[in-house]
Amino acid sequence: MSESELLLKVRDLQIDGRSDEIWNPIINGASFDLKKGEVMGLIGESGAGKSTMGLASMGYTRDGCRISGGTVEFDGIDLVNAAAAVKRDLLGKRIAYVAQSAAASFNPAHRLIDQHTEAPVQHKVSSRSDSEADGIELYRKLRLPNPDEIGFRYPHQVSGGQLQRAMTAMAMACRPDLIIFDEPTTALDVTTQIEVLASIREIVEEFDTAAIYITHDLAVVAQMADKIKVMLKGDEVEEADTRTMLSAPTQEYTKSLWAVRSFQRPQKPAVHTSATPIISVRNVTAAYGKVPVLHDVSFDMHEGRTVAVVGESGSGKSTTARCITGLLPPKSGHIEFNGEAMPLDYRKRNKDQLRQAQMIYQMADTALNPRKTIGELIGRPVQFYMGLTGKAKRRRVDHLLEEIELEPEIYFNRYPSELSGGQKQRIGIARALAAEPQFIICDEVTSALDQLVAEGILKLLAKLQDELGLSYMFITHDLATVKSIADEVVVMKDGRVVEQGPKDDMFKPPHHAYTDLLLSSVPEMDPDWLTNLLNERGVDNIGDAAVGKM
Amino acid sequence: MASILRIIAQRLGLGLLTLLVVSIVIFTAVNLLPGDFAQAILGQGATPEAIEAIRKDLGLNDPPVTRYFQWLGGAIQGDLGNSFAQANFASFAGSDTGSGLASVAAQVGPRFANTMFLAGVTAMIAVPIAVTLGILAALYRNSIFDRAANVMTLSSISSPEFFMAYVLILFLAVLNPILPSLSNIYDGMEFSERLTKTLLPALTLTLVVTAHMMRMTRAAIINLLASPYIEMARLKGISPMRVIVKHALPNALAPIINVIALNLAYLITGVVVVEVVFVYPGIGQLFVDSVKIRDIPVVQACCLIFAAAYILLNLMADILSIISNPRLRHPK
Amino acid sequence: MSIWVQLVVALAVIAAGGWAFRFAGQKLTKNAPYYRDMPFGVAFGYVLGAALLIWVISVYYTARTAEPAIANKYFFIRVAIEGFIGFAIIAYYFRLAGIYIGSEGSKKLFRSMPLTAAFGIITIIFYAFLAVFAGQISAITIIVLAALGVPLCVYARVNFRKDAAKSIVGVVSVTLIVFIVMYFVGPLAPYGQEEILGAANIVPGGDPAIGGNPDYPLGTDQIGRDILSRLIYGAQNTVGIAFATTVLAFVIGATLGFLAATIGGWLDQFISRAVDVLMAIPSLIFALLLMTIASVWAPVLGIPLTYFMIVIIAVIDSTRVFRLARAVGINIVVMDYIEAAKLRGEGMGYLIFREILPNASAPLLAEFGLRFCFVFLTIASLSFLGVGIQPPLADWGTMVKDLAQFINFAAFAPQVAAAPLLAAGAIALLTVAVNFVVDWMLHKSSGLKE
Repeated sequence: MSESELLLKVRDLQIDGRSDEIWNPIINGASFDLKKGEVMGLIGESGAGKSTMGLASMGYTRDGCRISGGTVEFDGIDLVNAAAAVKRDLLGKRIAYVAQSAAASFNPAHRLIDQHTEAPVQHKVSSRSDSEADGIELYRKLRLPNPDEIGFRYPHQVSGGQLQRAMTAMAMACRPDLIIFDEPTTALDVTTQIEVLASIREIVEEFDTAAIYITHDLAVVAQMADKIKVMLKGDEVEEADTRTMLSAPTQEYTKSLWAVRSFQRPQKPAVHTSATPIISVRNVTAAYGKVPVLHDVSFDMHEGRTVAVVGESGSGKSTTARCITGLLPPKSGHIEFNGEAMPLDYRKRNKDQLRQAQMIYQMADTALNPRKTIGELIGRPVQFYMGLTGKAKRRRVDHLLEEIELEPEIYFNRYPSELSGGQKQRIGIARALAAEPQFIICDEVTSALDQLVAEGILKLLAKLQDELGLSYMFITHDLATVKSIADEVVVMKDGRVVEQGPKDDMFKPPHHAYTDLLLSSVPEMDPDWLTNLLNERGVDNIGDAAVGKM
Repeated sequence: MASILRIIAQRLGLGLLTLLVVSIVIFTAVNLLPGDFAQAILGQGATPEAIEAIRKDLGLNDPPVTRYFQWLGGAIQGDLGNSFAQANFASFAGSDTGSGLASVAAQVGPRFANTMFLAGVTAMIAVPIAVTLGILAALYRNSIFDRAANVMTLSSISSPEFFMAYVLILFLAVLNPILPSLSNIYDGMEFSERLTKTLLPALTLTLVVTAHMMRMTRAAIINLLASPYIEMARLKGISPMRVIVKHALPNALAPIINVIALNLAYLITGVVVVEVVFVYPGIGQLFVDSVKIRDIPVVQACCLIFAAAYILLNLMADILSIISNPRLRHPK
Repeated sequence: MSIWVQLVVALAVIAAGGWAFRFAGQKLTKNAPYYRDMPFGVAFGYVLGAALLIWVISVYYTARTAEPAIANKYFFIRVAIEGFIGFAIIAYYFRLAGIYIGSEGSKKLFRSMPLTAAFGIITIIFYAFLAVFAGQISAITIIVLAALGVPLCVYARVNFRKDAAKSIVGVVSVTLIVFIVMYFVGPLAPYGQEEILGAANIVPGGDPAIGGNPDYPLGTDQIGRDILSRLIYGAQNTVGIAFATTVLAFVIGATLGFLAATIGGWLDQFISRAVDVLMAIPSLIFALLLMTIASVWAPVLGIPLTYFMIVIIAVIDSTRVFRLARAVGINIVVMDYIEAAKLRGEGMGYLIFREILPNASAPLLAEFGLRFCFVFLTIASLSFLGVGIQPPLADWGTMVKDLAQFINFAAFAPQVAAAPLLAAGAIALLTVAVNFVVDWMLHKSSGLKE
């Protein structure tokens, strides 16, 4: 590589973060090079220090962080020791930033175009009117609806996916040499994500901009990056060309990350049509106040099987769970348990009916009372439903802890705050098991967890199902999870069931149009996936645009 | 624009309703007194005839609901009834009770103006200082300056108003005779003299109110500076001054206005004690004096005025923050 | 006008000093980033701070002169400076002691404690000590305490974690020892609070040459009561009454608040609207109005006015507690673990006491501190205005009112002038102390890394 091509040179970068008046290392020495026009993907789990490193490549640290060693050289300029004015001159003009949450990163008091033109005008790159015209041109290139007019709106008047594209346009305003993308699509639904991804990739290629693309999603980074760097808890793991990295990772950690996607349970044989379902949702229609949420939803769940309920945010999948548990009594329709209709309001159900249907929540942090020890949390349903006390209760709790693969001696007296995210989720599972139910609702149980931890939870749930013959209703928006654990799939959209059936049928065409869109929008590890998809469908037939045409 | 007007109209209506309910509460509270006013005015030794005369004069024989509406109707027109103390004085003088009654409005009016003057002077000193210091503390948070300011404002908030007042008297009036310790202002006084005499009570109030206002401003600004759009502005290479003026200030306006209005409302409580310490002839002192001699109509009237001012200021804070919210100014 | 000229010159000098400071910093450190990027305002601030410090030191040395006129004039500043340094030293050693003595948990707590909070805690302990032992305590008190404390220790040993049990046993035994010692030591106040002694208007300081008497270190008031004793008893009355009022306000406010949060619906609507109305009247004004009415009722019913005051202020302040308790409660009620408990079929009692309350304790405790300050200040203000705690009970607010005119003697008899300021300062010191502790607690619980 010739020196002239080199844009960003980071050597042995170390960053400290302050907590309780002490500086602790966040990044322990990271090095990489970035050539002009090259896109590097930076991946790692939450807490790996990706964002901190992305910002440090701009010479910027957040409050409570500091660069404690190493160098960052941008086009020959030492960013670590540069004067504030020198750095200010580079930021926005030659190095730009696209934040994770566009809705929070646009100033609510100014119109989009005013914020767009600010950098070019302040850096004296172009005049206000020129950069305004250029902004509209960029909006058009990024396929924003009404490009001539959208810039004159305030941020709260524009949707999330559109704001993310407007922010990419804003980053492009001075035609920078380098853009840092900090998880730009993490907060978006899959069908919106794909649109934004396509737009970003196109515009980065067109202007030959170098980029650092930060994400935790391997499949996304595979589409975007020329090379990939993997981080783990502040340490660099490995770095390689995208195709090499995907086909032949060298490090154990990277291999295990790749392997997560391969966990899959075999499809169970079809259910007898005569068998009585454990839970049967019959023509349920529900509303929050006057706002209708569910329309005539019906499906069955059978013993020892997993039904995955899939849909994007707002599709009504969590509301369905609330109807089943009785927190939101349906307006019409009913819920049958083992063939008998249950009272619709949970307050009218008896103890045994309540015991038979348990729930595991998405956020273990809010699902476990932080003021109770693990022993109390799991012990309560044991005592409440089974009437066990004293030694018998303790034995049962210890057994449950062993069941979820946690050492009873160590964890019995701990508080939830002393546990990791995955361990907390396991406690949630144990609490549900303590009631000895037949049926468990799992509400996005793995979506707040890192991939490796999530895989552990899924394997545990599968093991418990085999041992205890449990039925799961698995609510998720992540199709990878569906593939790995479901027996039957129910696809929901706008409060209606769009399609349902056994998993293997669902992942084979022909599909209902929406299922098809949902399935095809999930990024795959193949680096050519996005290109192929765009060739197949055309740029105007992906994401929201396609939903609109339905 | 229509929706914002509707919201403001709603708030105004709510404020009026609150005031109405508050007036009922005050009226009811006063009517919880044992016996009746006439007895209270004339004391135990009064003849039944004299009591009956006063009862008739004050309309005490009417049912409470009628009296409430009479009182409210009068209050709206600026007639707050007659002071007992004056009536008592008149009856001792042997003159006819009817013509000797002095109106509450005549007593409260000038005092109210004096209090407004004091509050005005205080606000003129306190608001600019507090907002500036608050913004500085937020910008240099966790510096020595911020920590020192935190300790000082906390101490100032915690001290009772009369402690501040006497400390100021001690240093500025007794040990170093710069300002007068008594604020005996009267009508027709020259403005500069009036200002000098008002300065010490105003400084006392300033110390207390500034501390509150500064802490709240600091919190509001820190909250704001932590928002991602400020980081975004910095990452666009915008100069620090422009970040503050263009990005922080338009969004900080609402919280700062809110802080100011809330603290002016707080002044109302503080003014009572401070006026007593400095013998400042304002409505607070009148209120305390009337409380001591149980001059019910004056107490009632002062209470209503304080409550009205308090509600009005809170209402203003509410409305101004609605107006300065871009989400409401530019609806979808 | 010369004072304005002086001010302008001083500011100009400081501004020049700031520029020189920054310039020197840049040269001496070879343009280190800190000095290179230092805004002028920051440099100005440093020099201004240094100038103020020099001024304070110079004033302190002026105050230590033997010249009586000047010594009198600077007496108060000198006392303030010495007091400030003294308190800082006490707080420092208190924190040091806390770091080395006690259980692991308490040691850790002390290590992260700022000096202001350490000062606050030691001051609160001191006030509590004064309040409890102002008069002679009875043997029954000790027996009752022992009867409550010993079972508590036993319970803690069985049910709590080792660390927590150890702390509880420690606290209980120290309390008992202190009570037993103080039982034999006797009352802290040399005289009774209502005791009218022979000599009125004795000058403080104990120097007979200027009209003092060593028996009355702080002198006596206009009717011959010992000021020191009244100050000590004031802790009992003022703090005790404020504490009782706050507890009552909390019982009312927190109960209604949690009920409104868990039950919701019309009950919540009704209480919330009523509270809105009560809060629309400034609290001191409302208290004064109700006290007027109570002062008429008190003799009729034969109940002391002080009881009326406790109830009136408790009710007015409970509206603020209600708001907080309701907000905290609502935040907890939406948590998934409450939903899980509801779906389990738990009753209302279990929900409130076992699930909600333990999680609300931190904000409620902080609010208790703030509320106490507020109640304490309100009572002091009422007493100062003459409608609060009634004589002959010794009370700081009333003492300030009664002794206020002494302040005019400050120029020639500073110790006389100190009496009302001592009473007012006693009020200020406690509220400052509580606020420092609450500030630290809030900072800790918010977990903000600003």
